[in-house]
Amino acid sequence: MFRTLWQYRHFIISSIRGDLKGRFVRSRLGGLWFILHPLAQALIFSIVLSEVLKARLPDTDAPAAYPIYLLSGMAAWSLFSEILMRSMTVFIEQAPVMKKIAFPRLCLPIIVGGTALINHLLLLVALFVIFIFLGHIPGRALVLLPVGIVLIAAIGFGLGVILGVVNVFIRDVAQVMTIVLQLWYWLTPIVYPVNVLPEKYGFLIGLNPIAPLVALYQDALLFNRWPDPGSLIMPAMLGLASMAFAIVFFRRASPELIDVL
Amino acid sequence: MTVLSVSNLSKCYASYASNLERFAGWFGAPVKPTEEFWPVKDVSFSLSAGEALGLIGQNGAGKSTLLKLITGTVRPTGGTAHASGRISAILELGLGFNPEFTGRQNAFHAGGLMGLSQARLSELMPYIEDFAEIGEFFDQPLRTYSSGMQARLAFALATAERPEVLIVDEVLSVGDSYFQHKSFDRIRSFKADGTSIILVTHSMGDVRSLCDRVILLDKGHVLKDGPPDEVVDYYNALIATKENDKLTVEQRREKDQWLYSRSGTKAVAVESVALTDSDSGAQIKTAVSGQSVTVRTRIVAKEDIPELVIGFMLRDRAGHTVWGTNTWHTGQVLSNITAGDKVECRLRLACALGQGSYGLSVALHTGDVHIDNNYDWIENIEVFDVINSDRPVFVGTSRLEHAFEIIR
Repeated sequence: MFRTLWQYRHFIISSIRGDLKGRFVRSRLGGLWFILHPLAQALIFSIVLSEVLKARLPDTDAPAAYPIYLLSGMAAWSLFSEILMRSMTVFIEQAPVMKKIAFPRLCLPIIVGGTALINHLLLLVALFVIFIFLGHIPGRALVLLPVGIVLIAAIGFGLGVILGVVNVFIRDVAQVMTIVLQLWYWLTPIVYPVNVLPEKYGFLIGLNPIAPLVALYQDALLFNRWPDPGSLIMPAMLGLASMAFAIVFFRRASPELIDVL
Repeated sequence: MTVLSVSNLSKCYASYASNLERFAGWFGAPVKPTEEFWPVKDVSFSLSAGEALGLIGQNGAGKSTLLKLITGTVRPTGGTAHASGRISAILELGLGFNPEFTGRQNAFHAGGLMGLSQARLSELMPYIEDFAEIGEFFDQPLRTYSSGMQARLAFALATAERPEVLIVDEVLSVGDSYFQHKSFDRIRSFKADGTSIILVTHSMGDVRSLCDRVILLDKGHVLKDGPPDEVVDYYNALIATKENDKLTVEQRREKDQWLYSRSGTKAVAVESVALTDSDSGAQIKTAVSGQSVTVRTRIVAKEDIPELVIGFMLRDRAGHTVWGTNTWHTGQVLSNITAGDKVECRLRLACALGQGSYGLSVALHTGDVHIDNNYDWIENIEVFDVINSDRPVFVGTSRLEHAFEIIR
């Protein structure tokens, strides 16, 4: 399987290039949009929450700490949601090609994942520039960021492919997931710091595999502290398990996938 | 040498009581589908190197599914399709193209999707550029292309490398006629080099001109497998009689391999057809190019019918239509025929044909085509030769009036 995928590496790479190109080409601000969106969102949240709700962040004296906190969490979340949502719909979008050309179908979610990762790296670079602009330079904990990227991508890819296969048979899945993701976003400490949460809801954070990864981003980019290794066990296990199950599930489903597309 | 062998190939689309049952089935649970649909069932054939097979049949006959099974995008429920080399399938032109890429980038991109290596594509690129004939557009983004230019690029890419088996699904009707010719020539040269071809088309002309053999599919089964004229005529007869329960199709080979086939309800039937010299009235088997001939047809009605149209068609040896018309177009429709009525039709023709052998077909029906109410339709009821005795030698089936004027 991996050998055939390797043979198709050029197709995968040029598809990723095409995806990125398609996203930025022919809009006046081109590549700037992908940073303008999260910036605008961060600005809105900053205004609404830090001024109106007087949200305060503990453990930091960084200037503009709240926008940086927001942007870090949102970056982590956007990587997760983009891989998840696009893997979920990629089979339906690419149905004509899948039906009429014989090629390893696993290329498709890999292209989605690759595009999202490159996008994400560009976003991180842009965020860095903004952070420096805001007078904040992330510290040594930054070296752990790749761990967060890998785990988020693994969970997003695994869940995305599993749900993507199910979505081919039951199209409501993608619709339901947009709502689930909204809820999930608000159940993850991205917009608010974890300490504002009432004690009795603490268990929700404990169950949320994305929460420790978002925290890792915030730690790495803002607080400059090392994450609790124990908190990463659950996301790592989930990432591994979902990836493995996704590949098996996809291979079993593959023949019938084409039949109902 | 057998290049492609297809044996008992079948495909079943199953519906299950619920999707959960379907998922359980992938992991070995014994699940029974509630409904089964077999678009292709027990299809077997083999193709040798350089053989071209036409696949015909009405919509829903299973042609496209069969192609997908052979190509490998759809997995068969039963049976196997085994090819001894690379299969290249053109099921749709321009699949996988990205509108933002240039023609060249798209050739690399979609070529990769087809499984060609980048190194090989680099070698093929000059050929692709040359064959597509889209000039400087080759390095422009695809979104600026006309649909014809896209088709050219896609076809050039799809046929850049000669495969062992080439599968073409109704894509040759795109583009202008110059490019269609060019595409056909390309396919013919592949064939000459030993590529086996499977062609799906609704154009019986393409089938006759390219294929060595034709398979007629109906409801997923092979209904008929044989030489093009035999299968195509059978198919035409089948369409004409589809609406009719009194379906009869009769076929046999005549002298020199001309295929006689007859179908229809016989509510009115042809008794005899004779080719005669218009002046003497004598029956002839050979006509001189330019001679005035009369086709005398005797018809007898066995039932009362409201309307009768008589049509004639001439075909050359290769099965191409040379000429044809009927009494509907000439405004001579007969009405209110009663059982027992006899009709004689005399068709006077200037035999403006070139040298060769021609088959005359006759059809009795209503309306402008023989699809509704096919009473009696006989392909190649009369076969005759045409010789050229008074004209300088010319080739082709048409005796065009001509004169050279040479100035020096």
